[in-house]
Amino acid sequence: MFLWFHKFGSPPHFYRIAGKWIPWLAAIFAIFLISGLYGGLVLAPADYQQGDSYRIIFIHVPAAWMSLFIYVAMAFCGVVIMVWRMKLAEVVLICSAPIGASFTFLALATGSLWGKPMWGTWWVWDARLTSELILLFLYLGVIGLHSAIDDKRIASRAVAILAIVGVVNIPIIHYSVEWWQTLHQGPTVTKFDKPSIHWSMLLPLLLMALAFQVYYVLALFQSCRAELLRRERNSKWVDELSRSQ
Amino acid sequence: MNRLSLTQAFIFLLKRDLTLVFRNRGELANPLLFFVLVITLFPLAIGAEPELLSRIAPGIIWVAALLAAMLSLDGIFRSDFEDGSLEQLLLSAHPMPVLVLAKVCAHWLVTGLPLLIIAPVLAEMLGMVEEAQPILMLTILIATPVLSLIGSIGVALTIGLRKGGIILSLLVLPLYVPVLIFAASAIESSAMGLNASAQISMLLAFLFLAASLSPWATAAALKMSMS
Repeated sequence: MFLWFHKFGSPPHFYRIAGKWIPWLAAIFAIFLISGLYGGLVLAPADYQQGDSYRIIFIHVPAAWMSLFIYVAMAFCGVVIMVWRMKLAEVVLICSAPIGASFTFLALATGSLWGKPMWGTWWVWDARLTSELILLFLYLGVIGLHSAIDDKRIASRAVAILAIVGVVNIPIIHYSVEWWQTLHQGPTVTKFDKPSIHWSMLLPLLLMALAFQVYYVLALFQSCRAELLRRERNSKWVDELSRSQ
Repeated sequence: MNRLSLTQAFIFLLKRDLTLVFRNRGELANPLLFFVLVITLFPLAIGAEPELLSRIAPGIIWVAALLAAMLSLDGIFRSDFEDGSLEQLLLSAHPMPVLVLAKVCAHWLVTGLPLLIIAPVLAEMLGMVEEAQPILMLTILIATPVLSLIGSIGVALTIGLRKGGIILSLLVLPLYVPVLIFAASAIESSAMGLNASAQISMLLAFLFLAASLSPWATAAALKMSMS
């Protein structure tokens, strides 16, 4: 297991493996996406209160989940960087940041599109909207710090520290923002005993969540491959790669 | 050469930083002036109705305090970074987090504490309710050290950059959000005659959390920046 981990972490090996996985991941992503969208937009019944406009949750909720998940994944990479100085973790961390920021932005944008017909306003200073916005700033901080430092090895470690500090702060920020009274509808899926959402809506939602998860890995692999080539452009394996093609 | 104990080293560094600042008193006034200026801008921009001002006074004072703290952050490590004494500190036998804590303490004493002196005057000018003013002082006393502590991480990360200022605010301001929320809401609820002890306890919790964790992050970031 550890050997596999070690081998997977070496840049040329990862480059090759990731290249092989990408078509498969793309196929899985397409299957989940199409079935999730079909289930969500066609099969699921309209909501008795919100009509058809609730259907945006099939994008909105998975995007919001991903926005949190990716930040935690980045902090995990940060720990790996600080402890083992693993090159691959550096690349994964920094390539995750733009994807996470996009998901955060998507969650905010779809949320405000939903808010216009439902609440009658594009934006309210509600707890979860605000903490999502702050999460977006945290992502942008990571991207900004990384691009500001020229030496990318040092930049990666700076970003690792920042990601760890950020992940300690996310719950604090979230709960302090929740201090205000909130207008956002309460969570409906995470109640473990009995979800208050019907399975015909829950199933497409989970399919979409899986699709987004696969998309994250897919996009991550692609941008990691590009970033690895850029960082290792002076190494032997990249040279051999460019000669063989 | 006799070796300093850890406490001695802490006090020594604190004294050194304070001496350096008092030799150059102009810098001492700058964050304070900035704080007063920002607060002066608000009545000019939104009108001087007393009810409006007294309603938003806690928010204004805290936003201004946040900005003043952020702008003064760069001073924690800047001069030491430029003349190389930061490298000497990193090489010393004492644990870096403790030394960082000493530097942050010194920084807070010269930038955070003066806000405490000027804040009541400004609160009076904005027409803040009398009962809320002790709470305002208390929040400044408890929460400005948190700003210095969290900010020191950001400064340590960006110290090697030529144009670190904008990046620093992008890194640090989101992390200041909880402090802002609880400090402003403590003052607000005491202005409405309610008990603010819950918010004060939260601020104290932030203080202890930041004081115990952030020096480690700052020390790690400094090592990274100097490598």
